[in-house]
Parts: sequence; C-alpha cells; structure tokens
Amino acid sequence: MMTSTDAVRVGTPSAPRPMDTPVLLDVNDLRTHFKMPGGTVRAVDGVSYRLHRGRTLGIVGESGCGKSVTAQSILGIVPRPGKVVSGSMVLTRGDGSTLELAGLDPKGKTIRSVRGNEIAYIFQEPMSALSPIHTIGHQITEVIRLHTGANRDQARERAETVMRQVGLPRPDEVLVRYPHQLSGGMRQRAVIGIALACNPSILIADEPTTALDVTTEAVILDLVRSLQETTGMAIQFITHNLGVIAEIADEVVVMYMGRQVERASVTDLFLRPQHPYTQALLRSMPRLGRRVQARLEAIEGMVPDPFSVPAGCAFHTRCRHYVPVRCDQPEYLEVAPGHWVRCSRAGEVA
Amino acid sequence: MTTNTPVQTGTVPAGAVDGDLLVVRDLVKHFPIRKGFWSKVVGHVRAVDGVSFNVRQGETLGLVGESGCGKTTTSRLVMRAYQPTGGTIHFRDRTQGWLDIPTASATQVRGVRRNLQMIFQDPYSSLNPRMTLLDIIGEPLMVNGVAKGSELQDRVAELLRLVGLHPEYMARYPHAFSGGQRQRVGIARAIALEPQLVVCDEPVSALDVSIQAQTLNLLEDLQARLGLTYIFVAHDLSVVQHVSTRVAVMYVGRIVECAPTEDLFFSPKHPYTEALLSAVPTPDPTRRGSRIFLAGEVPDASNPPPGCHFHPRCRYAADICRTTVPPLTEIAPGHTVACHMSGQLSLTGVHA
Repeated sequence: MMTSTDAVRVGTPSAPRPMDTPVLLDVNDLRTHFKMPGGTVRAVDGVSYRLHRGRTLGIVGESGCGKSVTAQSILGIVPRPGKVVSGSMVLTRGDGSTLELAGLDPKGKTIRSVRGNEIAYIFQEPMSALSPIHTIGHQITEVIRLHTGANRDQARERAETVMRQVGLPRPDEVLVRYPHQLSGGMRQRAVIGIALACNPSILIADEPTTALDVTTEAVILDLVRSLQETTGMAIQFITHNLGVIAEIADEVVVMYMGRQVERASVTDLFLRPQHPYTQALLRSMPRLGRRVQARLEAIEGMVPDPFSVPAGCAFHTRCRHYVPVRCDQPEYLEVAPGHWVRCSRAGEVA
Repeated sequence: MTTNTPVQTGTVPAGAVDGDLLVVRDLVKHFPIRKGFWSKVVGHVRAVDGVSFNVRQGETLGLVGESGCGKTTTSRLVMRAYQPTGGTIHFRDRTQGWLDIPTASATQVRGVRRNLQMIFQDPYSSLNPRMTLLDIIGEPLMVNGVAKGSELQDRVAELLRLVGLHPEYMARYPHAFSGGQRQRVGIARAIALEPQLVVCDEPVSALDVSIQAQTLNLLEDLQARLGLTYIFVAHDLSVVQHVSTRVAVMYVGRIVECAPTEDLFFSPKHPYTEALLSAVPTPDPTRRGSRIFLAGEVPDASNPPPGCHFHPRCRYAADICRTTVPPLTEIAPGHTVACHMSGQLSLTGVHA
C-alpha cells in the first residue's frame, strides 16, 4: 500500500480535442438483432461513428440502450442469439491495410488475432473479468505469449513494464497475487494492464469505473487519459454517467433504444444539446453546486419494452415536444458541423 | 420536550435538543475476525468506531463516504439489525417516548419497528419474487394488526397510488416490473405503517439516470406529505446534496465532518471532504481536469493508521495528526469537524 504524502497531487485540466487524427475504426449503420421466441430485439439499430487515433469517443445511454452490444459487435462476442445483421465495421491496421470486422467468423483466426491484441476490452466488474484461480501474472503473461509469441521471460518482463505503467509500483509483488488479494482500485489497474499488454491501437472500456469509489474513479480516469497520451490509442468509453463522459470524452454518441439519437463534440453536447432526450437527461440529474434545490425535472414514464419499440421516434412516448405525424420519421441530420441529431424538431426545442 | 403524543416513558437522553428524533452517542461496532480450526478471534474490524450524531424531526440527514467507511453498518445499527459493541441510540418513539434501541426489551423493539423502516438499495433482491404486491405491501399492515381483508386491499391500493403505481397491479408479482417500479414497491412497503424515521440505504444507486430523478422526487413528496424523517445513506454526492438538510461524512468508521448541506459543500473544513468533492465528475466539459488525486487506498478497518485515520493520504498532515485522534469539534453553529488543522486551512468546496 502506498502511504507517502507526496503522492497526493492536483491534476491539470485537459481540454477536449478535435477529432482530426486518422480514423482507426469506421462503424457504419451497424445493426445487431436478437431473434427471441417473443420477437426480435433490435439491440443496435443503425449506429455509425468513428474512432480516431489518440481520441476518446464516449457512448452514453441508459441500461438496455445497446451501448454494450455495440462494443460486443465489434469484437464478435455478441451473446447468442444476437447477430450482426447488417452494417460495416472497418478496422485500419498498423500496416495501413483495412479489415472488415462484420461477417467474420466469431471463432475464426482473424478475429482472434484482433481481439485482445489490436482491440482491447475492459469490463465493468474487475472481479468477474479476472479468473479467481489464476495469479495476475499468469493472466497477463498468457495474453502476451498468445499474441506476440514471446517466451516466458520476455512475457514476464513485458508484464512488469505494463504494471508499472498502470501505476502498480511493485509489479513483482502484484504479479504473484490472486485477484481477491487486491483492492478494487488495484484490480481495475491490473485489468487495464492486461488490456494494454499487447499495445492495442483501440481500447474499448465498458463502464470501467462504475464499480469504483469516486476518489478511485478520479485516479483511474486520469490514468486512462495519461496512458492514451503516451500510447496514442483510440478509446471508446461506454458509460451511463454523464459526469464521467464530460470528464474524459472528446466526442459523444447518445443512444436510446438501440439508436443513435445525437452525436457531437463533448462541448457542443453539454452546452448545446439538441435532442430532447439528451436535454432531458442533463436536466434530470442532480448537480453538485446547484444552490437552489428545486424539484428535479424527471423524464416521465420509463424505457419502453425492447420487444415493442415505439414506431417512429422511439422517444416520442416520453417526449414533451412530440407532435403527431411530424415526429413519425425523424431523420439523422447534421445540424451544425460535426453535430448530428435524430429529431424532426431539432433546432426548435431547447 | 415536545412530542406529539402524551406518552413519555423514557428519559430524555443527554445531548438531545428540542425537535430531535434520534440521538446517537459514541456508537461502536467491532466485528471479530476469526481464523483457524477453533475460530479464534485474531482481530477486529472496527466498522463503526465512535460515531455521534443527532437527527431532527422532519429533516434528511445524508450519510456519505466510500465503501467500507461504516455508513451501512451505522444504519443497520440504528435498525437494530446488529447489536452495537458500545454506545447508545436513543429514538423518540411516537408511543413509547425516548428509548435506547440496543438495550430496549423485545416488546419495546416490536413497537419501535413500526416507526423505524428501511428502503434497500437493490430493488431486485429486496422483494420476495413469490409474493404479489398485495402480499409484499400488505404484510407489515397484517403483522401489526392494522388492517385485514378488504380494508387491507383498500389500504394497499391507496399506498400504490401514493407511490405512483396503478392499484390494479396489486395481484402481480415483482418480476413484471422494472427496477424503478420495484423501488416504488419497496418504498410503499416502508411507508405502509406511517413510520417516523426511514433509513434509505442507497435507494437510487441501482437505478437509471431518468428513473433516479423520479424516485428522488417521490421521496421528497412523501416526506412533505407524511412528515417523514430520512437518514439517507449514499455514495453519490450530487444526490446527497440534492436531498439532504444536513450531511455527515464518514471515513474508516468515524464521522470526520458534519454540517448543514450548503456549508459542507461550499465551504468544507475537512481535507477528506475537500478531496471527495473534488473527485466528483461534473457534467460540464469546460470544467474538467483539476482534481485532487488521493494516493493509496482507504485503510483497512482492522488495522487503521494511528491518530487521524486520514493522515497518510492528507496533504496538510502535521506531526500531531500522526499521533493524536482529532476530536469532533464545533467550529461554526451546527458545523462539526474532526481535524487538527481545520482552523488554519482554507479548503475549496464545489463551484456554484
């Protein structure tokens, strides 16, 4: 355990950056559906975005909006009976060649060489992402040896480097431990270490700080940011927490019922939200430092049943700006440079 | 002492002022750590280590802190789910007057339970899947002999309406409801007997953002309508700021700061409160970055550091902090803090 006082530090602000670097992953009109006895669940229904080198894309939405299935689709780990039914996901590899991830055999050689190697994944619960019966060292060297063909000693060396990178100062001690012997924050650092072991060009982080305490969360977010600065990886950051998104993302995609309702730079999204759902989400959360403790503006009703998504705009059942007929076929339009909204009344409502 | 009933059996506890509903003094709960074949006690987890606070009639006291700080243990002690190792918990019962919950007799406790209820964190595991809403919400009414038969159904229907659910749902089972609706069922059950004090243990942390706001509004409405008093245990500081009248911050089994909500958030006096507030991510990208990053981990409650428990992670720590436990002292009206340096520090709160 670190106990030195000088390790307490105050972070420096980091401004959001424009998405002006090369595209590493181009997701276009992705649709992933689950055919169930009770009907088809369109978990992801037409999602498009790009991951840029050294930039962070935030995906935000409530449970069941399809944000995790989007990530699973990329890696070919969608649980059955889910299937990518259409769309494309083009990965640009280190040598400049491109690879279409849609339609790859989920158990095939190609996707396995991508998964954990070029695209790494961090899960929400570090305890369930790690094997309880193997040491941290075993779990990290396994990944390194599988993907790089390194021998035991080389893998061990790489593992120690990575552990130091994620802020575990005495790697030789951590590597021989089992997950239950580490605290929540250390475990999440170890999981990040395993994800980074093969120098991925893309990191998908699915609610990586949700299970952590707020002070630990701040430290982990800072760690992710500084690792991105040194490695230049593209990050897709999935969370339901708007505060975390504002803290880490450069560009944000808002999802509702499997659809992308808004996409904008982080500054535009928080300062000039256009979709009524985004606006309502931002209004409904209690904010630190708001002096007047008025009633919260709750979004009425609840997320509809995934088997019967409302026709037209999926949000219309809860939207206070709904106008019949006009809201039947909302198109996804660019209302300002880089700011896309799926709402027939975008621009009129605030 | 003013109470709304003529019955006054217990004696007024020391430290109680007019309008207090609960007076907790020097509350201690140690859990033994057992090891080996004979289950020998090898140490103690000091989950709650000398906690004192008052709760006033009609207010909401927020109890915040990180996992393992003892906030849930404290609330369970108030509910007499655990027997404390030491200390007193005086509650001003509607019919029995003041009594000390840990030492009250079984009959007295049965009476107190009606007036002391709890709302749980997880709406999925806290409702019995084999009971209908009528059984779940009606159970406390039936057990306490308040209502039965058609009167019971009427009362449950009224409670369902009160929490915003259709009375026709009465015959359904919990699996038919979403998380937010289930939490409403849990709330209906807790308020069925019109309790005086409701302990809410992370009532919205398992809910989606849009459902959180509905639930918080419902809790506020019920408080206004039924004159409830809440102890609100949570780790989400923005939620706590929104609902609480006063807030107590806990760290490794102790209260480090307690103040009216505005004072605590805008001018914190304890370095831990400052760090905690600074760590909360704000939904404003123009204000990102400058956070206080605490080094290391929350200390192990079975072997906490000597003196002030926070000193190894505190950037203002002096020699005295490493040896002497700082007492909880009042530095402004209603604002108490346990820090040796509090007089010399000017700490940053949240931005308005």
